[in-house]
Amino acid sequence: MRQDDLYINKIDWLTITIYALLVIMGWFNIYAAVYDEQAAKSIFDFSINSGKQLVWIGTALLLITIIMVADYRLFENLSWILYIVLLVLLIITPFIGKEVKGQVLSIGFGSFRIQPSEFAKFTTALALAKFMERPSLDLTKFKYQIQVLTIIFIPIILIMLQPDTGTAMVYTAFFIMLYREGMPQRYYVLGLTIITISLLALGIENNFYIVIGVVVVVLILILLGKKKFSRILAFSILGAVTIVYTYSLDYVVSKLPEHQQNRIMVLFNPDLDPLGVGWNVTQSKIAIGSGGFAGKGYLEGTQTKFDFVPEQHTDFIFCTLGEEFGWLGSLVVIFLFCALLIRLVFLAERQKNRFSRIYGYSVISILLFHFMINIAMTIGLFPVVGIPLPFFSYGGSSLWSFTILLFIFIKLDSHRIQLLGRMK
Amino acid sequence: MNDQRPLIIIIAIVLVSVVLLTKLFLIQVADDSFLRRAERNAIQRVVDHPYRGLVYDRTGKIMVYNNPIFDLMVIPREFSVKDTARFCDLFQISKEQLIEAYTSARKYSAVKPSPLKKQISTTEFARIQDYLIDYPGLFVMTRAVRSYPQPSSANALGYIGEISARQLERDTLRYYRQGDYVGLSGIEGFYEPELRGIKGVKYRMVNVRGVDKGAFKNGEYDTASVAGHNLTSTIDLELQQYGEMLMAGKRGSVVAIEPKSGEVLAMISAPSYDPNILTGAKFGANYMELNQDESKPLFNRPIMAMYPPGSIFKIVQSLVGLQMGVLSPNTTYSCNRSLVACHNHPNPVNLFGAVKYSCNPYYHQAYRAMINREVSRSTFKDTEIGLNAWREYVVKFGLGGPLGIDLYNEKGGSIPSSNLYDRIYGPGRWKYSTIYSLSIGQGEMLVTPLQMANLAAIFANKGYYYPPHLVKAIDGDPNKIPQRFRTRMDVGVDAQHFDLIQDAMAEAIYGTAARAAINDITIAGKTGTAQNPQGEDHSVFIAFAPKDDPKIAIAVYVENAGWGGRAAASTASLMIEKYLRGEITRPALEEYVLAGKFM
Repeated sequence: MRQDDLYINKIDWLTITIYALLVIMGWFNIYAAVYDEQAAKSIFDFSINSGKQLVWIGTALLLITIIMVADYRLFENLSWILYIVLLVLLIITPFIGKEVKGQVLSIGFGSFRIQPSEFAKFTTALALAKFMERPSLDLTKFKYQIQVLTIIFIPIILIMLQPDTGTAMVYTAFFIMLYREGMPQRYYVLGLTIITISLLALGIENNFYIVIGVVVVVLILILLGKKKFSRILAFSILGAVTIVYTYSLDYVVSKLPEHQQNRIMVLFNPDLDPLGVGWNVTQSKIAIGSGGFAGKGYLEGTQTKFDFVPEQHTDFIFCTLGEEFGWLGSLVVIFLFCALLIRLVFLAERQKNRFSRIYGYSVISILLFHFMINIAMTIGLFPVVGIPLPFFSYGGSSLWSFTILLFIFIKLDSHRIQLLGRMK
Repeated sequence: MNDQRPLIIIIAIVLVSVVLLTKLFLIQVADDSFLRRAERNAIQRVVDHPYRGLVYDRTGKIMVYNNPIFDLMVIPREFSVKDTARFCDLFQISKEQLIEAYTSARKYSAVKPSPLKKQISTTEFARIQDYLIDYPGLFVMTRAVRSYPQPSSANALGYIGEISARQLERDTLRYYRQGDYVGLSGIEGFYEPELRGIKGVKYRMVNVRGVDKGAFKNGEYDTASVAGHNLTSTIDLELQQYGEMLMAGKRGSVVAIEPKSGEVLAMISAPSYDPNILTGAKFGANYMELNQDESKPLFNRPIMAMYPPGSIFKIVQSLVGLQMGVLSPNTTYSCNRSLVACHNHPNPVNLFGAVKYSCNPYYHQAYRAMINREVSRSTFKDTEIGLNAWREYVVKFGLGGPLGIDLYNEKGGSIPSSNLYDRIYGPGRWKYSTIYSLSIGQGEMLVTPLQMANLAAIFANKGYYYPPHLVKAIDGDPNKIPQRFRTRMDVGVDAQHFDLIQDAMAEAIYGTAARAAINDITIAGKTGTAQNPQGEDHSVFIAFAPKDDPKIAIAVYVENAGWGGRAAASTASLMIEKYLRGEITRPALEEYVLAGKFM
């Protein structure tokens, strides 16, 4: 069956279908977000964002074609070069880029501008896959851990300099891929513990309650296990560190720039300042919450149409969906993302070589992070960080980078038979 | 490699999705507060104020209408002027005014309209209308204010003003909102429910900056306003204005009633004011000024001022005496001035003479006969029983309580009962000699000018009246006015008794009120002088005419003008002539009244 060997037949059409659905739904929602009844323009009108997004979608199709017809070995071979090129672009961005609201995110000429920090996601993913391809690389070894983290943290630091904390945070998503590739579990337990304690420390006004909680937990741990001195000492130190951490966190937060401090505090109490810092979250929740079970209907969302939510066509695009399509609409989109991610896990697991699998998990990591954080922030579960909803949000750089990210993996997946030989 | 890890990642993905969906379910489905907050955000309830009903006089002349006034509005963001000098010239606004108005508009909102120039006249609006198109962000907003083509009938018509906190509280149907205009007095106040119409509501969508973005759901929930009902007043505007002219510079009341219907033809309260000053933006300042004016122009004397009826009350006494059977046309008493003062006239007099000459001692004796019927051996008890029985007759004449005219704050005057004297002197401690002043309409007795005019109507009708009212039809339909104004009230005195009184009143014109006589028109009237402890007595006169087919019944009070035969009788006579004949044939009398030197 020679036909079966043709890579075109190995393409995972399910993934592509979900991708297409999300992009098309996003496009309709962008139109709703910028829709103005009194100056009703066609969804294809290039003077509004839905028309422009159509251009981005068209060019994304071009990118997909290029990726699909290119040699499947190309990406692997270019991994380092692409990684380094993007690092260089990230370095020069602050110098030649355009400053908007104190951030320098994009470079380019005239109206054609790209954000290198978006594209660095897939180059970093390629570089990590390339670096970790060797079967000898053992993530339980400290040496390799440091090397891998270096590859991840160089772009993080460069993006922090722009400064764009939100996008920089995305790179921490690679820890999901590292988890799959054997990073010791204790790091994750530690990390989740720190996050939990941090949330508690910030969320609970009186640190004294946390101190009591920590003491109780430490006592239980000591009493449950063997009463060895070294063990008691270890737990006691751990408890002490936790308490010190709790207090120092409050101190650190108080030293943060005010807008970051506000973003954190508003998460715990959006009514703290509903017209100021809490505005985005409050209005976003009102828009989504007012959608009800089945939504107000397409182009009928009052909050959406009348600009109550800032950044609605980009980072807060989910509001449009929530308001006009209600919980059912949210269910459909979240189901699609969930299905896409799980499908990608299956695809990654069926890869016959490490490069493809690692790259696949990187794609999963980045998409999951964006999906989770973006929606969580629109419904007040996470501080407002400026990251887009993949395939949905308006913007060329974000749509292109997510398309490239995903389709390189689809391309690699379609050649998984050819790539078999290199699996040791 | 740990084989569990892909599974854990899948579980994490599902978990994230479930958490997000749960939270979404909580805010979208389980909690409807966000829907309400969204509506508060984006949907504005705009009240469409109805067109307030108009008021016409009985001849169809307009008394109250809605005058459109125009405000030149500006939306700062859209507004721009290239040639300021030309703009100022066109819109007749100084450069300083323009800058000041624009700056304050800008400060309020860049996208919401603010007034640039307020209250442009109709002519100016017509002139600038064509230029508006050249200036984006500029438009004219129309408002309606109450307007009165004739500066007349201020107290009868009343005024409208912003609703008070107390009225809002009482408005249990929640029709009114803060800032609404309601009728506060006069016809405007009493007929508020008819005049106001029904408010309409428009739901407009606004964006985050408050800019109007069109009708919510294409106006599906909007309701149109319904204009208020038009009222036809009973007032004859020409007569009213004539009376106001006669009363100019004086204090007092004139009330004229059509006897057959109870319709108030004129109701003059002097001094008065131009109702136009209590409209629109000037309301506050002008109201303050009127309220502090010591001549009390806001005090509606015809229904609120109370005076002792004086000699006029003798007619009522005569009728009550006749009906009780105590008096007959032949009952004669001597003019015994040791009882109470009187003036020179033939002596003794029968009932006819008593009315004609207004004999005080006659009524002193006649009233004693009415009160002390010797039903009790105790003279105190006898007086008490007699007074209360007598009072029963008197209150049927529409005295001792409000007549229920279609105005708020009508006073009822006072006809004393035994309770009053019990309170003053103690039970069983007063008798006829204590209360005899009532016999001649003095003492603890008060009536309003309206009640006096109504008395005149009763005499004209020979024993019945319709409660006086100021509105005869609503939207042209006379059956829509309150039922009580269409209900005949009988005073319980046989019609035959009135013949004698009417004749005596007609004769009296040539006795006590010679000035009132008009050629060809038989007037029946009675003078009175209301004693005023604070100064000169008030001049009072009531009359009806023509005697054989009464068309008008009138009461005139001129304060501090002395004897009723001069000021009041002259004024009443002129009013009667004006109404019946449409013109004045006695310019000298008119001049006499206008000059106002009665003393």
